[in-house]
Amino acid sequence: MMDLLNILLSDSFWAASLRIATPLIFGVLGALICERSGVLNLGIEGIFVVGAMCGWMAVWLGASLWGGVLAAALAGAAFGFLHALLTVPLGLSQHVSGLGITLFATSASYFTYRTALPNVSSPPRIEPFQPLDIPVLSDLPVLGPVLFQQTALTWLALGMVGLVWFVLDRTALGVALKAVGDNPDSVDAQGLSVYGLRIGAIVAGSSLMALGGAFLTMSAFDAFFFGMVNGRGWVCIALVIFASWRPGKALLGAILFGAFDALQVRLQTEMGALVPGQVFLMAPYILSITALVIAARSADYPRALLTPWFKGQR
Amino acid sequence: MTPYPVLQLRGLSKRFGPVVANDDVSLTLHKGEVLALLGENGAGKTTLMNMLFGHYLPDAGTVEVADAAGALQPLPLGHPQAALAAGVGMVHQHFALAENISALDNITLGAEPLWSLRRNRAAAKAKVEGIIQRSGLSAPLDVPVGRLSVGERQRVEILKALYRDARILVLDEPTAVLTPQEADTLFANIKAMTKSGLSVIFISHKLREVLAFSDRIAVLRHGRKVGEMPTSEANEAKIARMMVGADTPLVEREPLAPGAPVLNLSGMSVVGRSKRETLNAVNLSVHAQEIVGIAGISGNGQHALAQVISGLKAPDMGTVAIDQAAIAHPTPARMVKAGVGRIPEDRHHEGIVGAMSVAENLVLERLTEPDVSTGGLLRREDIAANATKLAKAYDVRGPGTEAQARLLSGGNIQKLILARVFERNPRLILANQPTRGLDLGAAAEVGRRLLDARARGAGVVLISEDLDEILGLSDRVLVIRDGQLIEAPTRDRATIGLMMAGETV
Repeated sequence: MMDLLNILLSDSFWAASLRIATPLIFGVLGALICERSGVLNLGIEGIFVVGAMCGWMAVWLGASLWGGVLAAALAGAAFGFLHALLTVPLGLSQHVSGLGITLFATSASYFTYRTALPNVSSPPRIEPFQPLDIPVLSDLPVLGPVLFQQTALTWLALGMVGLVWFVLDRTALGVALKAVGDNPDSVDAQGLSVYGLRIGAIVAGSSLMALGGAFLTMSAFDAFFFGMVNGRGWVCIALVIFASWRPGKALLGAILFGAFDALQVRLQTEMGALVPGQVFLMAPYILSITALVIAARSADYPRALLTPWFKGQR
Repeated sequence: MTPYPVLQLRGLSKRFGPVVANDDVSLTLHKGEVLALLGENGAGKTTLMNMLFGHYLPDAGTVEVADAAGALQPLPLGHPQAALAAGVGMVHQHFALAENISALDNITLGAEPLWSLRRNRAAAKAKVEGIIQRSGLSAPLDVPVGRLSVGERQRVEILKALYRDARILVLDEPTAVLTPQEADTLFANIKAMTKSGLSVIFISHKLREVLAFSDRIAVLRHGRKVGEMPTSEANEAKIARMMVGADTPLVEREPLAPGAPVLNLSGMSVVGRSKRETLNAVNLSVHAQEIVGIAGISGNGQHALAQVISGLKAPDMGTVAIDQAAIAHPTPARMVKAGVGRIPEDRHHEGIVGAMSVAENLVLERLTEPDVSTGGLLRREDIAANATKLAKAYDVRGPGTEAQARLLSGGNIQKLILARVFERNPRLILANQPTRGLDLGAAAEVGRRLLDARARGAGVVLISEDLDEILGLSDRVLVIRDGQLIEAPTRDRATIGLMMAGETV
């Protein structure tokens, strides 16, 4: 019991939680924007892979770190655009298109990697983002040490939470986005473009997802590995429901998941002799399913989610 | 000053595949005028207005709208944005409101720049409040629209148009969801607004309100304009003749003495998740040779009542008896067996199986009977013969009895259901919104069939939102409100309207 308390009170535990949460924050925000406009984006898992690959490879090819981030965002946007074309003007099944994007994006990334590096057993390393020391904030008593160990991408993720909240809650664009996900006719009748809003939302959301992937190769690790995304995209799809499509709750959900994950790593080292390690590996997922069951009952689904809309058919 | 034209539609035509929705329709609207656009379902009223508003692109024809100075200017077609900018506002029959944002946000949606970081909600709110004061159309502005009543939502729709400085307002069946009192208030507000220069087109098929509130009437039939007249020269018979193209046979209800009770509901309650699914200690007796009309605004428990009578839901308290024999555990099959015939509210989804043939749908409720199947195998020839006979007797028209039922039009689907129900000679008929969405001819046919069944000794529960239909067909009228049934003391429209709105009379 004391051990658990020690873990929960340590800076390093919370620093690890926030680090694990960072890609999820990007992913949940991205999925949230897509779904608020009425379109489910199951391409998220593949877009994570694309972001991870492109960001890392751009840097390896000589771009700056921020150049890599930009490359990842653009690659994510491109796959998002493809998903948007299939699901918005063509109105195809969002599930099928999304899963197709995931399969396509994943294998396209692996293919590009293998084509560029045909005969390597371990990928070349890049110099990743380093922890940021922000003068005043780092000196805060509890938060300081937790935040001090984070890189610029984590700060960017936290900033994005604020930005997405601001846009959704305080701007006309946000109102239009929420409206198009609830009743596209309301937007159309007021002379705004349903297609434009939805395509824009999917493209923007997908580039955020790709940033989640880029964090993995450019901050958490320093190279691209097969299978490194490891279901993080799917976790985000669940977290959006947990968050009831709100950015603040999305941050909370991502950090909770990060904390479960950080905790299981620590418990594994402490209690590994008693319980098989796989049990701990399962723990965060079991807990997130439990949280989902509780939260999803009261979740406020965007009413037009999954429903295609066609111009001129009322 | 003579009223000048503010809107000129010239030669508008639109086809959807082989269907001609509008054929060379021309229409003029003057400043300060209320024009009623009448016609049966499918006559092309909504299509015409959707072309005016830019939702559809016409195949031929032009639209001209007066600018602020009163000069007619051509309107670019196919662009709602252009129609809005020209001062045309449209209120659709199905509200175009996002329920997760406030009324104010719905009103300002699209009127403010999307990419601005700041919103001037205070100024927008002040403007809307000014409009509310001038027009008398009030609605709470700051709560999500999902929590507003239907009447409030409709006012928000009109406010949306007025906020965009609409000089021409198009209302598509504005009173379909309102109580008679709400409808009267709405028209009074509209009348007042026309004094300050608003011009209004409203689509309706309720002759009463058309005669009471419009200045001029235009009638469409089969996509063409077949008549136009000042309201002062019109009367119900004249308009009905124009709409249908012939004299409508009136449905006459012969007085009949009610027989033994066929349905008894006593102390029946249903606990539901919403008002439409809830009933509170309802007592209802329906006798043979009697039509009992249940009036009420939709969502007040009609759904629960229909579910119980059709056996889809067991009551949480109380008993259901058919022919004075209590049904212990009601299921749809048991109710059908006991002699209940159902005409469901949603005829497309609950009335037929769309992917099955017309012939199969006609025998759906009696699959195990000897002329339909023997030893579990269908008797195809007998089913086909039965279908041919019934399609003729009930005038079910369409691509044939072996075609999928979903290919039939709404009116023919209803006739299919009538054929299936009446052929069994049911003891009790549950008719839930039996004429909703049907044109006058088909609706009259439904009324006649119900009266025939009554004459043959059946009891009928008629649930409808159309008060005129209830008054025309029913021997007794009850009002359903908040899950309770109250016997109407009179057959006076105004009194029943007040009861529907929840006032004690």
